[in-house]
Amino acid sequence: MASGDTAPDFDAPSFDALSVGDVVAERSFELSRDSLVRYAGASGDFNPIHYRDDVAASVGLPGVIAHGMLTMGLAVQPVVDWAGDPALVADYQVRFTRPVVVDPSEGATVTVSAKVGQLDAEARVARIDLTTTFGGETVLGKAQVRVRFA
Amino acid sequence: MNPELQGREFPPTRPYLVGREKVREFARAVFATDPINFDVDAARAAGHPDLVAPPTFPVVVQESTLAQLLAEPDAGIDFSRVVHGDQRFTFSRPVFAGDELTATLRVSSVKSLGPHSMVTAESTIVDADGAHVVTATSTLVVRGDE
Repeated sequence: MASGDTAPDFDAPSFDALSVGDVVAERSFELSRDSLVRYAGASGDFNPIHYRDDVAASVGLPGVIAHGMLTMGLAVQPVVDWAGDPALVADYQVRFTRPVVVDPSEGATVTVSAKVGQLDAEARVARIDLTTTFGGETVLGKAQVRVRFA
Repeated sequence: MNPELQGREFPPTRPYLVGREKVREFARAVFATDPINFDVDAARAAGHPDLVAPPTFPVVVQESTLAQLLAEPDAGIDFSRVVHGDQRFTFSRPVFAGDELTATLRVSSVKSLGPHSMVTAESTIVDADGAHVVTATSTLVVRGDE
């Protein structure tokens, strides 16, 4: 990436200024049933448990749930915004531990907090650990984003 | 589930052409706000050839490989009992609009856990030159009778 091509309203974070434990980003997301339909169309995942209450109930779910991949996809966004470029994400992994139930009228609020988990000074890669919660409980386990620095 | 699936490699999928509007549509759906996902000029100013897809976009390409696995006649996977356990993307480079991507799935492990089975499927995604772009790895849990 060419140096000097910095966006005017954005200061890229400096790897050397990071410490393990720093919270680098936090954001809340308001999910509605519309969000699920939009994600179904964008991703091609039309499993009806993500938009039909009767189907969700028939497989024992407490209600229509968000696509795990939607939760994974939005949870990395605060890190992308902090890093300044989606291209800096070198690796991203999660474990799906609890469903996000999206109420038809109230929706669901998912909160993401991103913290520095590990710093590899030689590779200049920061491991950012995500805490993603819904209704006071974490919904993603071992959610780690590796961000490459220049 | 059939334990002999372990190590099986599937034929490469039909090439997937990454469109700009698809990148924008996917980016909106995952609440992305970075202009590099939406604005070609912003992407080019940051040194990229075109729009950069969000980190989880490769799932769109990976999906057809998982469909191959679920449709495998001797796999013994009942789709209605499949739960997504883990997901990982490991990048050599990001996905750009204009990429033509081909995915090849390999079953890296099959494990039993009581009545349940766990299958780990690795989809290696390469560009039109055959160069590695990203590997998408899913672990699927197939629930058995308790």
